Amino acid sequence: MAETEQNTSALIKAEREFVVPGDKIVSSMEYLPGRNTFRDGDSIYSKRLGIMHLENHVISVVPLSGGYTAQVGDMVVGEIEDVQSNGWFVNMQAPQSCYLSLSGVRGFVRPGTDLTRIYNVSDLIYVKVVSVTNQGIGLSMQDDRARKLSGGKMIYVEPVKVPRVIGKQGSMISMIKRRTGSNIVVGQNGAIWLQGGDEALATTVIKMVEKESHKEGLTDMIEKFLNENAPPLPANQLPSTTEASPEAESENNLGGQIEKYGNEEN
Amino acid sequence: MKRIDGRKPEELRQLVVKAGVLERAQGSALVKLGRTTALAAVYGPKRLFSKHQQIPNKGLLEAHYVMLPFSTDDRIRPGTSRRSTEISKVMRLALEPVLFLEEFPRAGIEIHVAILQAEAGTRTAAINAASVALADAGIPMKDLVVSVSAGKIDGEYVLDLVGKEEEMTECDLPIAYIPREKKISLLQMDGDMPLKDVKGVMNLAIKGCEIIYEKQKQALKERWIDQVKTTIV
Repeated sequence: MAETEQNTSALIKAEREFVVPGDKIVSSMEYLPGRNTFRDGDSIYSKRLGIMHLENHVISVVPLSGGYTAQVGDMVVGEIEDVQSNGWFVNMQAPQSCYLSLSGVRGFVRPGTDLTRIYNVSDLIYVKVVSVTNQGIGLSMQDDRARKLSGGKMIYVEPVKVPRVIGKQGSMISMIKRRTGSNIVVGQNGAIWLQGGDEALATTVIKMVEKESHKEGLTDMIEKFLNENAPPLPANQLPSTTEASPEAESENNLGGQIEKYGNEEN
Repeated sequence: MKRIDGRKPEELRQLVVKAGVLERAQGSALVKLGRTTALAAVYGPKRLFSKHQQIPNKGLLEAHYVMLPFSTDDRIRPGTSRRSTEISKVMRLALEPVLFLEEFPRAGIEIHVAILQAEAGTRTAAINAASVALADAGIPMKDLVVSVSAGKIDGEYVLDLVGKEEEMTECDLPIAYIPREKKISLLQMDGDMPLKDVKGVMNLAIKGCEIIYEKQKQALKERWIDQVKTTIV
């Protein structure tokens, strides 16, 4: 215990303190530089504008601004950009090119299969990041959560606001799902897919979370807003649902194709 | 010695730094040094769509400096000029050393600086604004870059030359400075001076940079402080 006390006193910046690039956080070899920090000599400095965070002797900076930085293991929402002979290029708001290889697809795909029948251009997928290299980002569908997103619509929020949209232990997003009746998938890259229920209201609420993210008691504020605006009858919001349904149907057919490919293996 | 605008030799013009002034840019900043006003916007890192420009192991920094037509007494012809091309380049070279460009292979970061009003020291104001805008955009950096010019008039070192002083000085010496590493990333010299004086003028400029550095950090803090409490760590 005494050791911990001594360590904390060596910190120049406190937990949750605001830092800018180049700010010295600690001058000690007892700590390790984590995300968005770097070591120079004995000291650890911030690499980005954000908030200092200390966990198990690892110092990191939680960014307040900036685009999506891919991390292995992230689940992201992306749109198929191009179909190649051996996989798909996916647009997921990252600065590198993102590629889903055929080997990353679940199940067996018979050689010579037309890949557009699995995923075609403009299809949406929920996919996992498995590699980040100079060559680009590698994606894979080999995760229980990964799937094709049929129908619905996409909205985008700033990637740094994603934790706020999800909320602590998913409190925010589950409330929005429950009250709007929408099916929502949030990607770490800030791309959010919505389907069914009151899509328009869900969009408004998510945009509100993004815009008001600096306010305290946000969850209460959103809950109040939903109480006022989410009527117990989502039926009066039908236009948005009917609009999406024909598209959803046709995409579902394509979705069935994958199931077929998946089954061939068994 | 009394200067044209009544400042002390080692005194900066009135300095205003604001971060996040543009809604649409990913990062932005406004720097006013006296009447010289620079507005910077940063975009990226993003996919670079002229493939031959992509660098396989690091990102590409593009800097664009432009003086707006109404920024001076005589209207400036819009578009690039020999001068703006030069300043764009020195701005890029001054900022590149602090960026972790190797984190964005094949990507590009764009900086655009517009001079809204010019009265000496536009390149230094541009670098100051660009570095705040880069930090505001959340780009990984080793430090902020600070820039100011200094010179020597009537045997005395003077900081932050303005107007007529640029003609009176023996030498106009703009520098860009990386405070944390105590390194200089831009050093230009317009005029002639013995080495002893160059050192003296540089030291004065570095002192000026330290003041601007604090202002830059303050501006970023003011811009983001209301987000600090509620961010989920």
